[in-house]
Amino acid sequence: MGKRTIETAVGGFVLLGMLGLVFLALQAANLGSVSGRDAYTLTARFDNIGGLKPRAPVRSAGVLVGRVTAISLDLKTFQGVVTMTIEQDYQFPKDSAAKILTSGLLGDQYVGMQPGGDDQNLQPNDTVAQTQSAVVLENLIGQFITGRADSAGTATEGSK
Amino acid sequence: MGFLQRLGAAALDQFRGWGHAAFFFGELLWAVPASLRRFGLVVAQIYAIGNRSLIIIMTSGLAVGFVLALQMYYALVAYGAAESLGLIVNLALVRELGPVVTALLFAGRAGTSLTAEIGLMKAGEQLSAMEMMAIDPKARVLAPRLIGGIVAMPILAILFSAVGILGAWVVAVKLIGVDSGNFWSIMQTQVDVWRDVGNGILKSVVFGVACTVVALYQGYETQATPEGVAYATTRTVVIASLWVLGMDFILTALMFSTP
Repeated sequence: MGKRTIETAVGGFVLLGMLGLVFLALQAANLGSVSGRDAYTLTARFDNIGGLKPRAPVRSAGVLVGRVTAISLDLKTFQGVVTMTIEQDYQFPKDSAAKILTSGLLGDQYVGMQPGGDDQNLQPNDTVAQTQSAVVLENLIGQFITGRADSAGTATEGSK
Repeated sequence: MGFLQRLGAAALDQFRGWGHAAFFFGELLWAVPASLRRFGLVVAQIYAIGNRSLIIIMTSGLAVGFVLALQMYYALVAYGAAESLGLIVNLALVRELGPVVTALLFAGRAGTSLTAEIGLMKAGEQLSAMEMMAIDPKARVLAPRLIGGIVAMPILAILFSAVGILGAWVVAVKLIGVDSGNFWSIMQTQVDVWRDVGNGILKSVVFGVACTVVALYQGYETQATPEGVAYATTRTVVIASLWVLGMDFILTALMFSTP
């Protein structure tokens, strides 16, 4: 086989590999969804972030607007600091609220942005002032049980 | 006393073997820049190692994608999560099966031919003849094959994964009737280019080095007899496969231990 034929075949092989890589990156992975476009950073402090993980989606009205990039603990207030990257196209009013919500009953947790009514928008690197922590199932059950106990106590007192 | 001596001798033999292989690897790396100057040799090896492994790799990838999609569907449909099928197949292929199965097939398809070729060159004293002519056989014969293997393996692994995902798409969407939009979109939201695809490719580069070096070493150190070459070829497949499986666990633990 001639040298030229072999070189052509190797060129085809390498090209096929590149096409495969492009396919994996664009069609089968997340390149080109959020990371490719312009984005800005917001932070939010939560008393409890529950099971939120880096790369979790940030949604507003269910629409994907960004992703959680980092999670850390503020050692002064002992709050969880969640850093989010939001696409440049999506701007939120200054008094918007960030909530940690769960998709489905037992699904993954994500950050939900509840827009406020302010004229001014949140600027890059701003902190979202209003937050609502994740609902922790144990606390919920605890509240339910203590609630029942309290109401049971008042009921017996009332019957006396 | 006799037992202690045998144990000591076995341990020393083992260490000597390791040292020998390490020096071989070092000399091989040293010979790489010289062989890059004769790039035609490298291209010929990429052709021999890469292009000619293409059919077996892509067929296997397609088959793995088909079967994985079918089996995952039976498990997932019970939980009403059949749309996640693409995601599971994608992660399994890109992170693990692509690099590992490609490396195992590579050891069988390309590694054996490298060992047999170099073993017969040694048996026919062609390598000694080169040394007599002051040509370094490591730079002229071995290093181009090493580069060929390192270049070919990631490309083959990428194609394995890509063809496998397409195969899973055919089974899931065309045969079973999973929604095509969900199949892709769940995949795109959950699979990360750098963490999943990038680490998978990094793995396959490491496996490419391991498989090719094992094959070359076994060929270079073969006994210069027909049995010796046969034995070396067998050892190539066994040792390269064990290396790949062992390193895969370590690499997976390093790369994917945090979610």
